Amino acid sequence: MEVETVKGLKFHKKQDVAIVGAGMTTFKRRLLETGKELSYFAVKQALEEAGLDIKDIEMVVMGSAPDAFDGTALKGEYLLDGAGGSDRPYLRVFVGGGTGVFAPIAGYWHVASGLADVCLVVCEEKMSCCYPHPQSAFKYIWDPILDRPLKPNLIWIFALEMRRYMHVNNIRHEDIALVSVKNKANALDHPCAQVAEKITVEDVLNSEPMALPVRRLDVSPPSDGAAALIMVAPHIARQLTDDPVWVTGVGWALDTTHWTNRDLYFPRYVAEAAKMAYRMAHITDPRKQIDVAEPYDPFDYKELHHMEGLGLAKKGEAPILTREGITARDGDLPVCPSGGLLGVGNPIAAAMGVKACEIYWQLAYRAGKRQVAKEVTTGVCQAWGDLMQVGTVMVMSNKR
Amino acid sequence: MAVGRKKISCPPSAEGTALSEKDISERRVTFFEDHPNLVYSWTAGQAMSRFLNELKNGKLIATKCEKCERIIFPPRIYCELCYKPIDGWVYVKDTGTVQTFSISYIDPDARPLEKPVIVAVIAVDGASPNMGIMHILGEVEPEKVYIGMRVKAVWKPENEREGAITDIKYWKPLEG
Repeated sequence: MEVETVKGLKFHKKQDVAIVGAGMTTFKRRLLETGKELSYFAVKQALEEAGLDIKDIEMVVMGSAPDAFDGTALKGEYLLDGAGGSDRPYLRVFVGGGTGVFAPIAGYWHVASGLADVCLVVCEEKMSCCYPHPQSAFKYIWDPILDRPLKPNLIWIFALEMRRYMHVNNIRHEDIALVSVKNKANALDHPCAQVAEKITVEDVLNSEPMALPVRRLDVSPPSDGAAALIMVAPHIARQLTDDPVWVTGVGWALDTTHWTNRDLYFPRYVAEAAKMAYRMAHITDPRKQIDVAEPYDPFDYKELHHMEGLGLAKKGEAPILTREGITARDGDLPVCPSGGLLGVGNPIAAAMGVKACEIYWQLAYRAGKRQVAKEVTTGVCQAWGDLMQVGTVMVMSNKR
Repeated sequence: MAVGRKKISCPPSAEGTALSEKDISERRVTFFEDHPNLVYSWTAGQAMSRFLNELKNGKLIATKCEKCERIIFPPRIYCELCYKPIDGWVYVKDTGTVQTFSISYIDPDARPLEKPVIVAVIAVDGASPNMGIMHILGEVEPEKVYIGMRVKAVWKPENEREGAITDIKYWKPLEG
């Protein structure tokens, strides 16, 4: 039975929310710096761009994914001082991979509700601590009774989803591989990128098999890194800048944890989250009204899957838009102009740096070599995670 | 408030020091090693205990909700859509249809497997549409597997069953 639900109908915010600064560290497979130090670097950059001091920060939101990566329980508290969170209201949020957009959503509540006029959002991940490979921590997200005795690797779930998506929409691997080619090339212009390179579709199709149809170059790498964003009330934004970027809509939703009971070909969780965010942002035709998008792309097929969930393409249409170059940086709908997780790296929560931060930089016309060719007013970023069941969506605009 | 925005043309500034695998293995950097050893015992709960005990009998059991008319599998004691208690237990068949599949070359720690494993989501006959479980496929070549393939559970001998999902060794093609 299909149930149609729309959430977030009754929404009365106290004040609008602007983004005035962002920062991120380099993303690498293994960094010398601790999570606290990385958080500090990202926050300092964001403060500098905003022209603010840490004393101006009223509240802090920290986003970080499973404690098992760092091997530190209470990771939020562990990161507190580096993230600039001591002696003020501080909150850690976590929805797995969805955290990179969920943390800024939580920052938005702080300001929109009027509780804070200046809120700092920090995301950190240090996956390299888990030795020899962070995949060993991922096995603990599977159901202990039904799934874990089968000795699964987390990649399985994505391979199963990718196969279903290809089967229902009649999509070839070649069309999906184009996403990896595009994003890794886009990342050549990102100073923080981990795996930026010029590759071909053949490279992807001939790369080492992991869990077919997923091959090595279909996947983003594990990374260390941190990112930060500063969200403020309108009267603060006015003092700091003539061109703030406004958060115009937020949405999030989770589908059932019984993932073998879903039809995996379409990300309903993203569609629900987008519906909520678009309603808030008065977006009725996302394909026409959104100028630039950063959907979550830990796998190449996920960018396409999520574009369809976000309503940027019809079901099964995203690979066609990609093949026609519409999603290229100089296309009509640039998608992942940052280089995404496939090119810049995938430090789970800290992916905020290439999702929410990138849309902010694009709409503020501060993305440098990564700036998209077309004129931009409205952008959307999205992340996905938990047991591949959460969609988190944020719409921004440089017009209030 | 420290007002006065600096014009940064192209943030970010990419701070951080990259290390290689060798920096750790050859101890070129300072690090600290620990081996946490935590042991867990997960009670299976009301629904899963019944399910696991039925596996010992070579049977798959589901629950039903009379309001939304679903046969719910794997079973739970509540219907999460109607948000009410279930209305009873029903056996489902040990046959089903492959919804999607993957051929895995890696183990849970991302180490290469000697022989690839075929994993599938199998919608079980007798349950509502799409209600399936993840399991392994056997007695079939990887290139012969397709979405929509009919499969049947291959059980361990009765005296070797222990009330675990692995009491089903794997699922094999129903025909041919």
